Amino acid sequence: MIDKEWLPEGVERCSFGKFMVWIGFLGVFVLLGVYASYVVWSTGLITTGLNNYFAFGLWIVFDLAVIALGAGAFFSGFLTYILRIDQLKNIINLAVIVGFVCYSGAMIILTLEVGQPLRAWFGYWHPNVHSMLTEVIFCITCYLIVLIIEFIPIILENRKLNKIRFLHHLAHNFHVYMPLFAGIGTFLSFFHQGSLGGMYGVLFSQPFAYREHFFIWPWTFFLFIASAIASGPAFTMLVATMMEKITGRKLVDFKTKALLGKIAGSLLCFYLFFKILDTWYWATDTLPKMGLTFSQLYNEVYGTWLLWFELGLCGVIPAIMLIVPKFRNQPGLLYLGAFLACVGVVVNRFVFTVQTLAHPVMPFDTWTVYVPAWTEWMTCIEVTAYCILIISLSYRYLPVFPQERKLNS
Amino acid sequence: MAIYKLKEFKIKWGMVIDLDKCTGCGACMISCQAENNMAPMPDATDKLYSMTWMLVYRLSNGKPFPDHDIAYLPRPCVQCGNPNCVPVCPVIATTKDEEGGIVSQISPRCIGCRYCMAACPYRARYFNWHDPVWPQGMEKTLTPFTSTRPRGVVEKCHYCHHRFKAAKEKARYDGRDPNKLDEDDYTTACAQNCPTGAITFGDLMNPEHKVAKLAKSPYAFRLLERLGTDPQLYYMSKREWVRRQGDNYLEHEPTKGV
Ligand code: SF4
Ligand code: SF4
Repeated sequence: MIDKEWLPEGVERCSFGKFMVWIGFLGVFVLLGVYASYVVWSTGLITTGLNNYFAFGLWIVFDLAVIALGAGAFFSGFLTYILRIDQLKNIINLAVIVGFVCYSGAMIILTLEVGQPLRAWFGYWHPNVHSMLTEVIFCITCYLIVLIIEFIPIILENRKLNKIRFLHHLAHNFHVYMPLFAGIGTFLSFFHQGSLGGMYGVLFSQPFAYREHFFIWPWTFFLFIASAIASGPAFTMLVATMMEKITGRKLVDFKTKALLGKIAGSLLCFYLFFKILDTWYWATDTLPKMGLTFSQLYNEVYGTWLLWFELGLCGVIPAIMLIVPKFRNQPGLLYLGAFLACVGVVVNRFVFTVQTLAHPVMPFDTWTVYVPAWTEWMTCIEVTAYCILIISLSYRYLPVFPQERKLNS
Repeated sequence: MAIYKLKEFKIKWGMVIDLDKCTGCGACMISCQAENNMAPMPDATDKLYSMTWMLVYRLSNGKPFPDHDIAYLPRPCVQCGNPNCVPVCPVIATTKDEEGGIVSQISPRCIGCRYCMAACPYRARYFNWHDPVWPQGMEKTLTPFTSTRPRGVVEKCHYCHHRFKAAKEKARYDGRDPNKLDEDDYTTACAQNCPTGAITFGDLMNPEHKVAKLAKSPYAFRLLERLGTDPQLYYMSKREWVRRQGDNYLEHEPTKGV
């Protein structure tokens, strides 16, 4: 193996050639996505499925979904470094990497979705303090910086790099300050996850999204936080499991995974309690005040099935699977539960984005249906491939899983 | 209902559109496009990408012939008193200001995030999907007082703001108070060119202006009033079914007006 020197000590990795084939395979999708991005930047958003009705579409759904799933990073960081749940140290490195790829991936998509990418910095220069989006812009930028700071010591732990004295000490110092960054990250993340929800809740003229508020924050502010911290840890656990399946090696002990499942399950219960309450209040109070009935907000395409799918199949059922020890302790059910919880949060972000805009607010207007174009699909696939690429490189060259050696000996 | 209450203005430019007079001829749409330098669309039939700050909707009472009845509803930006588009814009590219309560749009600052489009329930905001291209010779028709907008920004009706500025300037030149414009000093292109006179324009706060009186008519209503957007655009119709289509009425709710 050419790169033997660079691999973590005492672990087995596939041959360099095989790894290169895998990287090449991912690279193809990245390149196709780069081409799609070029098309979008050079010809404009007319090449997407967005239109006068759908200002937001697949990209926003993708952004919100990966940001929610990436919440495993800050929340696991919070549990590990601040609440000092030591067992999570077994997975915290992966959580940080997943968080990093999710957030940087969202940033890549963001450069595509603004109509004037070269003016994107106006967000920092002319901020509107009333806009939830401003809060999001500032928080995710700062949080991405925090994630980079958290990722750096993992990179410095690379066998070869760590031999350099300066880098060795630097990594150590970073570790010492990690609880501080975990704290900052937690604060920032709470705010931007909330603001992403707030972005919809403050749309007082969009009946599907509008929610009553507490002080300046609509309920969606809190619900988005709750759903993100419920699904984030579940997603991190799933990524670890998927890596185990692909590499054929044990990376994290089942006890840690089950613990993450338990955390996700409890938070999911907490979230669902309030989400169901919120939906009920919205349907019986908010909507009639706006002159609408619950059934008017759904049609044949965007039907109530989405709601049952989100809150039932991908809400209550995984919550039960994850919270009841008998189910959670069976690997198959644990993974299925975690998977459904993640799908649930994606559906939630989808309905808030697409259904909000599909529903005609003026009585004489009509329902519209959104179909993403190839450019949107391709760039989302590109970012997914980019995420897998970074995770693959990290797995190969960095000591991501502290338990790996013991579990495979 | 709204979270951010914006301040009241001494002058509030507004419109009253009589839907019983509107024939749906589209003169307002065309005047608006010409006045505000809108480039011809590559495919103007594609309504999903067309640019029409003023759009005429066709309303129907849904009854079969001979009881069938239709109405046409021209819709510019309704210049919400409490606009949802303003507080959401991350870069203050759209504001509700002292200019007679007109919701302005600052194209050079807009980053094209389209959050304001998502916020506007009237679908009054349009994104520039195409690079504006005027076929040879047509550039000469451009209005010199309105800036053209590039691809990738959001734009919308602003009650022909350049005409407002010109009217104020003229008043100043004539030695009159620019803050006390007469009704005829300033009007929008759509109101000026409506052949049936369905559109009346003026200051809603000035009792001497026709709009102020018409807005108080028992037949007057505003679009989606109960959402709390507080539009500065009023509609009028003696037909109850038309008024009912102005807002989402639940079946048992009585119609506003007579
Ligand atoms: S599209 Fe432009 S005007 Fe609209 S919210 Fe974004 S930056 Fe503001
Ligand atoms: S009608 Fe739409 S664009 Fe105009 S002020 Fe209201 S929310 Fe803004």
